[in-house]
Amino acid sequence: MTSLFSKFDGIASSLGALMEAGGRNPFSVVIEKPLSSTVGLIEGRETLLFGTNNYLGLSQSPRAIKAAQDAVAACGVGTTGSRIANGTQSLHRQLESRIANYFGRRDAMVFSTGYQANLGMISTLAGKDDYLILDADSHASIYDGSRLSPAQVIRFRHNDADDLHKRLKRLDGTPGAKLIVVEGIYSMTGNVAPIAEMAAVKRETGAYLLVDEAHSFGVMGEKGLGVAEAAGVEADVDFVVGTFSKSLGTVGGYCVSDHPELEFVRLNCRPYMFTASLPPEVIAATMAALEDMAEHPELRTQLMDNAARLHAGFHRIGLNASKQVSPVIAVTLEEIGQAITMWNRLLDLGVYVNLSLPPATPDSRPLLRCSVMATHTAAQIDKAIEIFQQAARDANALPSAA
Amino acid sequence: MSETVESVSALIIQKLLANPKVPRDIDGNCKIMDDLAFDSLAVMNFVMEVEDCMDVSVPLDKLADIRTINDLATCVVDLKNKG
Ligand SMILES: Cc1ncc(COP(=O)(O)O)c(C=O)c1O
Repeated sequence: MTSLFSKFDGIASSLGALMEAGGRNPFSVVIEKPLSSTVGLIEGRETLLFGTNNYLGLSQSPRAIKAAQDAVAACGVGTTGSRIANGTQSLHRQLESRIANYFGRRDAMVFSTGYQANLGMISTLAGKDDYLILDADSHASIYDGSRLSPAQVIRFRHNDADDLHKRLKRLDGTPGAKLIVVEGIYSMTGNVAPIAEMAAVKRETGAYLLVDEAHSFGVMGEKGLGVAEAAGVEADVDFVVGTFSKSLGTVGGYCVSDHPELEFVRLNCRPYMFTASLPPEVIAATMAALEDMAEHPELRTQLMDNAARLHAGFHRIGLNASKQVSPVIAVTLEEIGQAITMWNRLLDLGVYVNLSLPPATPDSRPLLRCSVMATHTAAQIDKAIEIFQQAARDANALPSAA
Repeated sequence: MSETVESVSALIIQKLLANPKVPRDIDGNCKIMDDLAFDSLAVMNFVMEVEDCMDVSVPLDKLADIRTINDLATCVVDLKNKG
């Protein structure tokens, strides 16, 4: 009889080879204890964290911690119910109106995770005769949402507005609405979407536009609303999806929109309806973190300064790092073996980053995904650059002159 | 349009052979993932090239049913005839 588990044979042998090559399982690194937003205890050692999504350091916000403590004391630890049944407390409504106001939008839906926000919005908005037009490098939650939708799904080349235009033109005359889905900052590469060009295509073709600002919220734009704000095209974005689990440091997802029909999406959206709502302490902490974010725009300036410092350092030591400066900086390597050695050496020497291997990378080469925080000090960044140089030498991943 | 499954299949094979990693002796009955060792992402990216050549978009749900080079050619021809 066929084993239920034979489908895992491939992954099992890949993982075995990965551990043999480097000694560690990169998917089960344990942060024994966060010591601050930028330092964690890993394997008993103080390790610099350069592989989180905690861009503003708010996971350790004193205001958010206090708000969570107060909410737990007042409301208990959970809701035990879904948003449309018994799981909406006034805190949930409050957060929805705060997040809608912050974006200057009519309404907001709060989901239990950002993954569910994409899953829910995409699968619910795009119906049977509709078309979903996705950037080829979209996050898993966007692909999964499109699989849950009965719509036809078409990919366009990553960040390529001309390709998007071409594919929409091919659909001229077909019935059904078209929904374009792009991200603000791409999580693995740090690539920023050319959102003004995408918005122009959307206007010309009469499509709708959904932007997942998961990694750009709190990071780009004057108020931190993301790439659409930074490019001045917010009015062209029909739906903004995002998460609290990155710059706000908590957990949960949202969608904001000016379309009044969002009210009906709530009643058709399975990943919203059939799962428990966020616990009160998370809601309270998120609202507090949002206040931190609003009151401290200098965190964004600091974040970008830090990103520029790490980016310049990587290029100085000869690493093949992302072209654009963004809080996510990918270091691309040529061979998987090199990437494994280098990632392990980095951790030995006290820097944690994310190892990403093909096919999870966009161009079949491995990469080390590094992320910067507003709370990193210049000294921490310089130390990380030094350690990168050492680890790259140990992995034979530097051009010989360096 | 005058594309046939044979002509599209030939074009796909020609495109595949441009990749040095692809075995030289492929034909229309080869399974793209099993025989050519393409992962799911590589398949999607390869299909994009075929789409550009044929000026057609293959929806992702259709890809799920495609195993062989001829399946892909048939799908492209169907989409062209519909459009
Ligand atoms: C682009 C993008 N969208 C959505 C998500 C999902 O967010 P969450 O962690 O809140 O589920 C992530 C992060 O994992 C992401 O990178």
